[in-house]
Amino acid sequence: MENRRSLPDVLSGAIFAGIGLAFVVASLGYDVGTLLRMGPAYFPLVIGGLLVVLGLAIVVKGLVAGEAIAFGAIPWRSVVMVVAALVFFGLTVRRAGFVPAVFVTALLTALASYRIKPVTAVVVAAGLTVLSVLVFIVGLQLRLPLLGPWLTF
Amino acid sequence: MDLLDNLALGLETAFQFENLLYCLLGVVLGTAVGVLPGIGPTATIAMLLPITFSLEPVAALIMLAGIYYGAQYGGSTTAILINLPGESSAAVTAIDGHEMARQGRAGPALAAAALGSFVAGTVATVVLAVFAPPLARAALQFGPAEYFSLVVLGLIASIALARGSTLKALAMIALGVLLGTVGQDIYTGTPRFTFGARELYGGLDFVSVAVGVFGVAEILRNLENEKTRTAMVRRIANLWPSREDLRRIVAPVLRGTGLGSLLGVLPGGGHVLASFASYAVEKRVAREPERFGHGAIEGVAGPESANNAAAQTSFIPLLTLGLPAHPVMALMIGAFIVQGITPGPNVINEQPALFWGLIASMWIGNLLLVMLNLPLIGLWVRMLQIPYQWLFPAIVVFAAIGTFSLDLNAFDVYAVAVFGVLGYVLIKCGCEPAPLLLGFVLGPLLEEHLRRALIISRGDATVFLTRPISATLLALAVVALVVAVLPTIRRKREEVFVEDD
Repeated sequence: MENRRSLPDVLSGAIFAGIGLAFVVASLGYDVGTLLRMGPAYFPLVIGGLLVVLGLAIVVKGLVAGEAIAFGAIPWRSVVMVVAALVFFGLTVRRAGFVPAVFVTALLTALASYRIKPVTAVVVAAGLTVLSVLVFIVGLQLRLPLLGPWLTF
Repeated sequence: MDLLDNLALGLETAFQFENLLYCLLGVVLGTAVGVLPGIGPTATIAMLLPITFSLEPVAALIMLAGIYYGAQYGGSTTAILINLPGESSAAVTAIDGHEMARQGRAGPALAAAALGSFVAGTVATVVLAVFAPPLARAALQFGPAEYFSLVVLGLIASIALARGSTLKALAMIALGVLLGTVGQDIYTGTPRFTFGARELYGGLDFVSVAVGVFGVAEILRNLENEKTRTAMVRRIANLWPSREDLRRIVAPVLRGTGLGSLLGVLPGGGHVLASFASYAVEKRVAREPERFGHGAIEGVAGPESANNAAAQTSFIPLLTLGLPAHPVMALMIGAFIVQGITPGPNVINEQPALFWGLIASMWIGNLLLVMLNLPLIGLWVRMLQIPYQWLFPAIVVFAAIGTFSLDLNAFDVYAVAVFGVLGYVLIKCGCEPAPLLLGFVLGPLLEEHLRRALIISRGDATVFLTRPISATLLALAVVALVVAVLPTIRRKREEVFVEDD
């Protein structure tokens, strides 16, 4: 294999090492204990350390002999819309109620597509809202208010 | 003969009209809910559990078992059609099953899953009846040290599932194990990595992680290609498996059934191990292992059979030791207790009709499932023709509602977003999500058994090597790791990987 740098390798290695390090640092706040009586920190400390080592190894390998991976473009709009949709659902499902939360979540998600027309997105969102109410509220008896305290007086 | 008497009693109970009806109802409900994207057996049972509270104990448990099998099958359907496993064992099915769907062979994949599950269910029922007592004794031989080594072996074996580099697969496992440590520490109750958020005390939810790294990440990948090509191949070549397909799946189904029946007995992730192990075995024995990951029907039939057989035999630890083998079994324990029955060694003696009736009903449930689903394959496959612009908002919305409804916890929904983005970036970097998920499921078991083994051995770490079964399992794990990194095999893997691009 010829020597080549691989950005995806370096990036994934850095992510692994970073998360491992974060767990190691957070573990230091808990009791480590002994081999006989392990505290809450022992196991995550060891695995976190292992992840840091693995991550660094992937970084080094990525600098010397990385894998050829086409990283491609990142669909920023899609990422932002999907995350926004999920966060919106979590924030509003209790307070605004099931119907508005599902409708807006579906609308935001539909708009994550680059191709969809705004009218289609609204139709999709409305259809999904009706379907969700039928399946989850009527069918599965999920106990959530259709309209939450924000919208009822 | 005892065995025949027992089975006769079981069949007699299960064939009572009322029980048959609840079995059918359970299977239908389970399939209907399980087929919703992002909602697997655990979520389905959790949502439908209250329906059974008012029934007779036998009917209630038969219906729950029906929901379980239905949901499992429904979960495999979504795993195959839209690459969204509702639970950990279906993650394996998604690897080749979804690839088959992309190639227009969703029908044969679904049929292979249904037929494999049915054969496995039938064989495992007999296995269960014949070997229940001796197998239960064998499971008792396993101490914490053996469990620890078994989990290590399972994790290492899962590297065989990853297409890319071994290093990355190992890192994904470690990351999964770490994520599994979030929440209250089992021995001291100390909340770990919760940032003071009460919602995280119970740990991250499996469904959140699975829906995030498989579902959301897959959606983002599809949207990325939106401008250049359609995400899903709409052409459907054939609905039914060809003679060639059937010939190919016979051996994997039988091997999967054997593996599953054995591993299912082990309390703790047996069915996950079984489907992963079956996939690894099929890949090893296959004449052209490079077909795996590119739509090999063996990679669907084997794990699905193993999973189903294990699901069946995992009732052994539940019914004989009162130990839940996986989350669904934990919910079943709840159902037993609501019905006033303590799951444990006494069930088989005190409630023989319930014990054997439940076992027989599982076989009937599987039969109903095949009869119900084979004609429906055409309908499920048509799901693929729903325009993606309709489908992906549905996946996200159902996933959000499904994960929220588990605990009515908004954190589980935020977790989907976090793991969706993390999974997306890592997958883009050439990491496979399956090992992460397995690490997440098995991590807590790994820690628990490690700590318990060391307490029992008074802090002597050599216990894992001095106990013969444990030492054998660890040796196998080392062999598996060496095989995975051997240069020849590595080169082959890379060729496979390059071809993929």
